[in-house]
Amino acid sequence: MAYSEKVIDHYENPRNVGSFDKGDDSVGTGMVGAPACGDVMKLQIKVGADGTIEDARFKTYGCGSAIASSSLVTEWVKGKSLDDAMNIRNTEIAAELALPPVKIHCSILAEDAIKAAVQDYKAKHGAAVEEKKAA
Amino acid sequence: MKLPLYLDYSATTPVDPRVVDKMVPWLYEHFGNPASRSHPFGWEAEKAVEDAREQVAALVNADPREIVWTSGATESINLALKGAAHFYKDKGRHLITVKTEHKATLDTMRELEREGYEVAYLDVREDGLLDLDAFRAALRPDTICVSAMLVNNEIGVIQDVATIGEICRERGIVFHVDAAQATGKLPIDLAQLKVDLMSFSAHKTYGPKGVGALYVRRKPRVRLEAQMHGGGHERGLRSGTLPTHQIVGIGEAFRLARLEMPTEIERIRMLRDRLWRGLTQIEEVYVNGDMTQRVAHNLNMSFNFVEGESLIMAVKDIAVSSGSACTSASLEPSYVLRALGRSDELAHSSIRFTLGRFTTEQEVDYTVDLLQRKVAKLRELSPLWEMHQEGIDLNTVQWAAH
Repeated sequence: MAYSEKVIDHYENPRNVGSFDKGDDSVGTGMVGAPACGDVMKLQIKVGADGTIEDARFKTYGCGSAIASSSLVTEWVKGKSLDDAMNIRNTEIAAELALPPVKIHCSILAEDAIKAAVQDYKAKHGAAVEEKKAA
Repeated sequence: MKLPLYLDYSATTPVDPRVVDKMVPWLYEHFGNPASRSHPFGWEAEKAVEDAREQVAALVNADPREIVWTSGATESINLALKGAAHFYKDKGRHLITVKTEHKATLDTMRELEREGYEVAYLDVREDGLLDLDAFRAALRPDTICVSAMLVNNEIGVIQDVATIGEICRERGIVFHVDAAQATGKLPIDLAQLKVDLMSFSAHKTYGPKGVGALYVRRKPRVRLEAQMHGGGHERGLRSGTLPTHQIVGIGEAFRLARLEMPTEIERIRMLRDRLWRGLTQIEEVYVNGDMTQRVAHNLNMSFNFVEGESLIMAVKDIAVSSGSACTSASLEPSYVLRALGRSDELAHSSIRFTLGRFTTEQEVDYTVDLLQRKVAKLRELSPLWEMHQEGIDLNTVQWAAH
């Protein structure tokens, strides 16, 4: 399969590979996919006190397009608010990487990974947010 | 050493230069039609075709009159299975094959099912070999034809066609063997084997693409219904003008295979075992298929926690194939590895290395080094490897299938 130059670049020089401590309160972790399907993505975000995503890390088991999609979104989410991160669409990822139709599911998975990471962070802080509102 | 280096000899082989040299005159000055009976152009072409037929027959210890030319193993398999099924349809309509067969067999069987035949697709054991008791149990009074491959294209295991043949012969069942991956890789003696039909390909054995042959036993005689009509070539079994240069090519390729096989197999086995030793130094790797009942040039391994397509991409300096069919439109893992009972993860992370006549020790060492480095790199990227390192059993994880 012919990959686009951007996919190859992300695949050969993946950005932000690694892991944050899952237990850290400022970290949201999203793990999506299944080994049986050939893709598993783990995306982590580190959120600052002002609610901005300061840093991101990923690890991906999957094809070159899956690795490139997750590497790309770690770059995109940095500096975004949680809501803006939730608005990243798989079509933007697919367009940026020029993914062929059979690889669109990789971009969908990357979008799901962001959502799962944001939701995990929100779940951790859900109680705190409610308390503030009440006060 | 020239990159990318070629370790995909089971996909196809380069044509041996000695074969090319033999073929070329049959494109230039000796262009006659082997079916022309009225002038020397035809006579010399016919002689070349018959000489080649002797060479093909000699490799498998058959009579030249039992060899029918085709365009390749796919056509041979189609002719064998459809031809036998159609001819013997009044005797019965039950056929048997194996789940790990090549698509040429499986798709032909599917077509016969559409025509109203009933087909049993047998499972294999974990080592890739057919369970003979299960095979005996699958036979029925109306079974007319059994098809099995001698050497599996993905994992290189050798089926016990001698025993399967005995069982079929006792019951008068036509037995077809797909030997596309076997010629020149192990001795085949059709005077001993109770095989009725055998399919061959030239391009897996250093011959040209576009030519193959079907062995059709004379004693006891096996009958087929032709699938290609027009002109009555090849005793009416396969019409169409014979491609002299191609046939000369398969003849020379099979002649060389017969002469060089004993030394060639041992040289290639040594290289394959060197590759195997090097790759098994990596943690969490698994050989797919039995390692003893296996041809010398095949190594199929799964690299756990690494996805197959990304691995193929990482090792783009070597031409290998992924057991997983990810590179095609289908995202399914290899049906052959699934039939062995391999998990999806392992089936997804397999690579088939197939060595051949022009493989060198230097190439093998390069491959070992490359795989060791790239697997380590991809595992650094893999959340599954991280979980494995943390001692998490991946089978206990609830995955969100997509």
